[in-house]
Formats: sequence, C-alpha cells, structure tokens
Amino acid sequence: MSTSTQTIEQLASREYKYGFVTDVEQESVPRGLSEDVIRLISAKKQEPQWLLDWRLKAYRIWLTMKEPSWGNVKYGPIDYQDIIYYSAPKARPALASLDEVDPEIRRTFEKLGIPLEEQKMFSGVAVDAVFDSVSVATTFKEKLAELGIIFCSFSEAVRNHPDLVRKYLGTVVPYSDNFFATLNSAVFSDGSFAYIPKGVRCPMELSTYFRINARDTGQFERTLIVAEEGAQVSYLEGCTAPMRDENQLHAAVVELVALDDATIKYSTVQNWYPGDADGRGGIYNFVTKRGTCLGANSKITWTQVETGSAITWKYPGCVLIGDNSVGEFYSVAMTNNRQQADTGTKMIHLGANTKSTIVSKGISAGHGQNTYRGMVKIAKGAQGARNYSQCDSLLIGDQCGAHTFPYLEIKNSSARVEHEASTSKIGEDQIFYCRQRGLSTEDAVNMIVNGFCKEVFRHLPMEFAVEAQKLLSISLEGSVG
Amino acid sequence: MLQVRNLHAAVNGRDILRGIDLSIATGEVHAIMGPNGSGKSTLARVLAGHPEYLVTGGEILFDGQDLLAMDPESRARAGVFMAFQYPVEIPGVNNAYFLKAALNAVRAHRGLEELDAVEFMELVRDRMTRLGMDESLLNRPVNEGFSGGEKKRNEIFQMAVLEPRLAVLDETDSGLDIDALKIVANGVNAMRRADRAFLLVTHYQRLLNYVVPDVVHVLAEGRIVRSGGKELAFELEEKGYGWIDTPANEASA
Repeated sequence: MSTSTQTIEQLASREYKYGFVTDVEQESVPRGLSEDVIRLISAKKQEPQWLLDWRLKAYRIWLTMKEPSWGNVKYGPIDYQDIIYYSAPKARPALASLDEVDPEIRRTFEKLGIPLEEQKMFSGVAVDAVFDSVSVATTFKEKLAELGIIFCSFSEAVRNHPDLVRKYLGTVVPYSDNFFATLNSAVFSDGSFAYIPKGVRCPMELSTYFRINARDTGQFERTLIVAEEGAQVSYLEGCTAPMRDENQLHAAVVELVALDDATIKYSTVQNWYPGDADGRGGIYNFVTKRGTCLGANSKITWTQVETGSAITWKYPGCVLIGDNSVGEFYSVAMTNNRQQADTGTKMIHLGANTKSTIVSKGISAGHGQNTYRGMVKIAKGAQGARNYSQCDSLLIGDQCGAHTFPYLEIKNSSARVEHEASTSKIGEDQIFYCRQRGLSTEDAVNMIVNGFCKEVFRHLPMEFAVEAQKLLSISLEGSVG
Repeated sequence: MLQVRNLHAAVNGRDILRGIDLSIATGEVHAIMGPNGSGKSTLARVLAGHPEYLVTGGEILFDGQDLLAMDPESRARAGVFMAFQYPVEIPGVNNAYFLKAALNAVRAHRGLEELDAVEFMELVRDRMTRLGMDESLLNRPVNEGFSGGEKKRNEIFQMAVLEPRLAVLDETDSGLDIDALKIVANGVNAMRRADRAFLLVTHYQRLLNYVVPDVVHVLAEGRIVRSGGKELAFELEEKGYGWIDTPANEASA
C-alpha cells in the first residue's frame, strides 16, 4: 500500500464529533409496539380522535406488511418489540418563551452549533429543534406569523391548525404507503410543520434540527410543508445522534405539497452516527420523502448530502401532477467504513410538459457500499415530459462498491428521457499531482471529492454548502485508498 | 543547488536508474536527453517524489537538504516544481482555485502571508499576460477538456505563479506544435534567474533551439554517458543516439 493510500485511509476514519449523550431526565413509553402504546403516545400528545384513528388504521395495515428486502443493503433482523417508540425530556409546563428551554438541552444544541436564541442564529434562519420524540423550541415564530407563515412543531400544528393538518396529512405519503412509512404513521411523534400562504415568499430559511439522544429509542418524525399558490420556501434539515454500539432506527416521513406556481426547496444534510470502523452501531435511516407538485408551474427541489447513518434507505421523489411542473433531485451520498446507502429518487410524470432533473453523486470509501436507485415514470397523459438523469460514482480505494439501478417506465412516446452514468476512481496520479503543487494528501482528497460534488453543492443554501463540504471532509477522514 | 550522487531507482521491481551523478548550480539550465526508456522521466519523477518510484541507492541534496527524506508536498513547498509529461485532470475543481490553494501552501511554507482573492488575481493576470495565455483557462476545471497544448501551457503557467527554485520539465515539449513550443520556451526564458535552476527532460533537440542550455547530459540505460555544452544537443540531432557509448555498446565492443 502506498503512503498516500494509508493517509487516505486515515482520513476517512476520523471520529464522529457529535457522538455525546445529554444527561436529561426523560420519560418514555414502555418498550415495544401495540395498540396500547399508540393510544398512549396519542394521549400524551392530547391528540384529537381522528388522528388516533388514523394511527390505528396505519398500525393494523403495518401488521400485515413485510419489511422490504429489495434494497441493496445488508443488516440483521430488527426486533420491533425491542424499540422504545416515544421518549421525551421530562415535561415542563408549557414553554412561554425560548428562554425556558431546559438548559441542558439548550447546551446540547449549542454544542451542535444550533443556538436557540434568536439573536444568535445565522441571520435569516428559523429553527425547529427536535430532541428525540419532541420539538423543544422553534425560533422566529412570531416574526414569520406576521406574514401568515406557520412554522411550528407538528404536535403544535395538530393542536392549533387541525384543519390544515387534516387536509394534507397522508395526501402525499398515504398511511399504507410502505412498511417504514406505515410504521411511522402509527407511531410518529413530532416533526415540523410549515405553511406558506398564497403569494408569500418566505423571507428566511426554515430549518429543523433532529437530535436522537435516548438509548434504544427510535425517532419517527413527520414533516409536512404546504406552499400555497405562488408561495416560495426553502427548508433545511440537519441531524445527529450519539455514538452507541446498538443500532437505532430512524423512520421519518416528509410530505411536501406545492400548489400553482409554488416553489419548495428542501435540503438535507444528514449526519446521523454512522457506526464505528467495524460497522458496530449507527443509525438505520429508513426514510420516505415525497413531494407533490399539485399545481401548474410548481416546482420541488430535493437536495441531499448524506454522510451519516449505518444504513441509508431513502428515495425523495416528486409526483408531477400540475402541467409544466418541475421536480429536481440533487444528491451526494458518501459511504465509508462499513456504511451502506441505497438512495435515489422517484420522478412520476403525470402532467403535460413536466420536467425532472436528477443528479446523483455517490462516493464510496473503505468498505462502503453505495447504490443509486432511481425511477422515472412517464404516464400516458404526460405529453412532452422530459427527464435528465446523471449518476456518477467515485471510488476511493479498492474495498468499496458502487451500484446503479435506474428504472424507466415510459408510456408516452413524446417523452424525452436521458440517462448518463459514470464511475471513476480517485487516482494516485491525481493525488500526486496535487502534492507536487504543495498540497497535503488530505487537502488533495478533499479537493478532488468536492470537485466531484460541485454540481450538487451549488444547489444548497450558502451556509449549508460550506457545512456540507466540511462534513464531507470529516466523513472522508481515514478513507483514502 | 542540486547534487545527485550515485542515484539508483526502480519502478515495479525493475531497475531504471543505475547510478546517476548530476550537479546543478543556481542560475543554470541543464538538459537531459536520451532515447526512450533511458530513464529520463524516471529521474524527473524521483526528484519530485513520485510514490511509485523506489530509490534503491544514492542521495539527492537540494540546497543542502536531504531531498529523499522529504515527502512530495514538502519538496514542492521547498521550491521543487515538476511540469508533468501528462498533466492530470481534476474534474469540478476550478483551475484558479487549485492554483490559489497551491500558491498559499507554498507561501505558508516560506513564511509569507496568504494572498487574498484580489491579490491572487492580480498576480495571475500578470503571469498570463507575460505568457500570452488565454484567461478562460482559469475558470475551467484543472486540465479537464484541455487540448494537449493547453495542458502543457497550463503547467508553465503554474510554474510562473509558483516561482520555484528548481523547475523540472518532463518532456513538456513533446506533442507541441511550433507556436505552443515557443510559448513554453518563452515562459522558461522569462523565468531564468540567477537564483533559479531548470532541468529540461527532452527527447528532441527542438526545444533547445529556443531555450539554450548551459549543460546537456545524455542518459542511456540509467546512467549519464555524456555531458557537454549546447553543441552536444546538435550532435545528437544529427547523428541520433546510436553513436553514444552506452554501457551495452561498451560491453559488446
């Protein structure tokens, strides 16, 4: 093995720096899943009957479903009766202001770089902070409310805006959608809700920061974003978890609805604990994300940077119903050590002249396995639909793997669909070239990887693009081969 | 500035250099010529510290320092520059960004402050004008989609920005048309200075019409078999390499 190989491998094995545990009194429901547990979660959240009924319907369907096995990922059986489905910091009386957030939790978010004081935030970002199963704080709520924008925790939305929640919940991802989404529908705890009224352009980035803290607990959040006619919003999510030897399940659902001329930009920087170098521990990130471009000329853009999790299984997709609507998917997925990712997108073209773009960049290092799985479906009625897909894979070292599974289903002969794919390896030659110009191996690898991801990063909001680059370099540490 | 003593090197288990002795003083331009497979490019790559080349004997001193003990980036920062025979493409990395990172790494080593974007662009524009290069190269990804000539010119441009103490040009002239060759030669001539040395590795005498060397060495089978003034290059051009006393010819004589 050459010296640069060794350095690259060291590079990819840097420590996970968000792996600490917060010591805070938590209350949980008993381990395992049953109708009683679901009733208990619903009662704790003081939910209306219709929502409890919805959960129970989902649960009954889930009991008849089988865990999917088609993903190109390997893991041992998950014992769904050994998971705690709800865990929250001990209840305090309802918070009158952000200052009342438990100081321990406030410090946790500060350590993660997410201060919960509004004046300290990056200017122009409102944050909903979710700690295990509950939202602990949402910043800039009042300021947004002046424009009619609702941004709050999902539980709060159920209490204060039940009609809106009821109107849209499950319209994009129905409770019977798939094994993990159905499980989520039965037990989901919290998440974020955003509603942008007609013609309003949201003046700041909305963001949710998800933190798993409690042991043996699954996180099942649900996010719903509705952009009314002509509304525009950019939403970001970030996530971290402590380092533990056991795997933890994260099965979230995200639903986006864009009406006529509305635009939703949804960006994710996923950094769940990936497990150690031997593949012990880490998060199972089994997530269903989908957006419906319901209105004409609407647009939904998914941008994701997936660097964490032991296993990632997610396919943020767009259902393009409105004529001339646009769906976009820009993805960087990085797997190092024993990480596995099976990720991609689904673009379902139903309306006329709908357009979709897919750019996927997979990076595999160590023993990482990276799979792109994407579906482009063009329905009979989707006259003049267009899709462009590009999937590139970058291999670092010779122990890792990259796989591509594109599915095309085209029922309208006027469709134009293009697919390009490439696989390349970081060459010793590229690294030597950089070093001969005075750059260290570490800087060389970071530069090469960032160059590879450039097309995706430019779709991230500024602060996140910088964050994503840093994250990628951390995830790469110890990997170069 | 550079002393190479009894240098032996191998690649993939095959001995290529079999005892090179070479001394280059500051301000000098040396040319290394020789037939294909004689070890010319190996010598250049060993000087730069290419990880695939294993030094099996001898030593190299650069400004009195043990060059072989330094990793490639330390050599670069100390002022050893190699223009690659086959410059490598780095997709998605902007040429200017790459060069700025390289320049600042070199400057940091020399105890100089990092250049900010404005200062860097001023420096870069100056060098481009002097070399007669097209500014559009700056905003393209490093070497990606460059023609052969553009790649070679980009190497000379990087050299002009990084201002090395010792510049090794590994067959930079090969595959160039006459105009591109002149640009490369002008770049080298413009950079000749009392405190800088050049080592030109070339198969052909052609480049030496434009860059006049102080010393010409002929390499054969991993050893320097002749050294002389610039006339030696003309002699080689005329007679080819066959008349050179290679160790093998000696043995058969």
